[in-house]
Amino acid sequence: MTSGLWELVLKGIWTTVQLLVFSAALGAAVSFAVGIARTHRLWIVRFLAGFYTEVFRGTSALVMIFWVFFVLPPAFGWQLVPMWAGTLALGLTYGAYGSEIVRGGLLAVDPAQREGGIALGFTSGQRLRKILLPQAVPEMIPPFSNLLVELLKGTALVSVMGMGDLAFSGNLVRLALQESAEIYTYVLLIYFVIAFLLTRVMRGLENHLKAGVR
Amino acid sequence: MNWDWNAVRDFMPLFREGLLVTLQALVLGSLISFTLGLVWALLMRTPTRWVQWPVGIVTEFVRDTPLLVQLFFLFYVLPEWGLTLSAMATGVLAIGLHYSTYTMQVYRAGIEAVPAGQWEAATALNLSKARTWRAVILPQAVRRVVPALGNYVISMLKDTPLLMAITVLEMLGRARLFSQEHFRFTEPLTVIGVAFIVISALASFLLRTLERRLVR
Repeated sequence: MTSGLWELVLKGIWTTVQLLVFSAALGAAVSFAVGIARTHRLWIVRFLAGFYTEVFRGTSALVMIFWVFFVLPPAFGWQLVPMWAGTLALGLTYGAYGSEIVRGGLLAVDPAQREGGIALGFTSGQRLRKILLPQAVPEMIPPFSNLLVELLKGTALVSVMGMGDLAFSGNLVRLALQESAEIYTYVLLIYFVIAFLLTRVMRGLENHLKAGVR
Repeated sequence: MNWDWNAVRDFMPLFREGLLVTLQALVLGSLISFTLGLVWALLMRTPTRWVQWPVGIVTEFVRDTPLLVQLFFLFYVLPEWGLTLSAMATGVLAIGLHYSTYTMQVYRAGIEAVPAGQWEAATALNLSKARTWRAVILPQAVRRVVPALGNYVISMLKDTPLLMAITVLEMLGRARLFSQEHFRFTEPLTVIGVAFIVISALASFLLRTLERRLVR
């Protein structure tokens, strides 16, 4: 491969990594907001959060990406750069999956812990911050690690919109070289390496957090 | 947001055709993933390391890389290798192959959940290895894995729009076709979004019913 094509691939990797970081950040924020809302006292809050989860988990990620790219901007008069449109679509979709992890994690904490917090006179916000989340978060890491790999694979979907991520630049290189097997094998290997590194980082984080709880 | 019911009406014939393709891809992809997944799971249980290792590495690789790139791989590489399949066949194969690496894990867990006493009883009855699997282990394991397999059917449904990228005109592909002709995105995309929600809700309901039947 010529240096120009390598540059294209490196650019693709960079775009994929950026998209992954941004949508993971948005996804995590959505996961916690919606997941905590799903355990709220008020039924209307629980209902709305549940509705959100069902809608975003029910449809296909690619359909959501099309929706965010083509329906939202004209409807609200927005000008979305592809990176932000991709981040929004992926963050909102994968945040719906993550919210179930957060909800499950919170519900798995021993009810006596919550009662203990009430007995000590903690407000509900304090109970969440000081008692529930520190115990629940380490347990959430393994499923979040899986979700992160799913999100990484999901980033390839934006290539359908012509965004210059790794999958997209793989296609360009294939067209330039008229050679498919080798190019796609490289692209798949790069995804695999990123997924491998992600799971390692998450395992490290899990050990770190668990050590903190003990 | 301007919503035009006429556009919805005009989109309906295309939508029905797309739905049919989506459901076909789903059924065929599911069948491949259920069969191949069981094959991987059984291969992983062979005592030979030389079989376990490659199967383990390949399935891990397939599971952790994007289905979209795998679709491109098969679509562009198979003809280079002298195997020309239709876009639909390639898509179904890719979905089946990708999800077989997930169903493999489900089968493995199901097989491991069969109590050890069942194996011992089969040995005590002097059943052959094949008979043990066919008559004792698999019927119990499969019953346990149905709900988890069902979840993957729903995941596969949500991945069928990817086939659009290799020219298969399923629901999203038809929606895009309609949008390009009529310059209307909102209606077709919303219609298929709702269709996905309805089909996955229906599928979850059927699964729960099936689960109750199997448990009884």
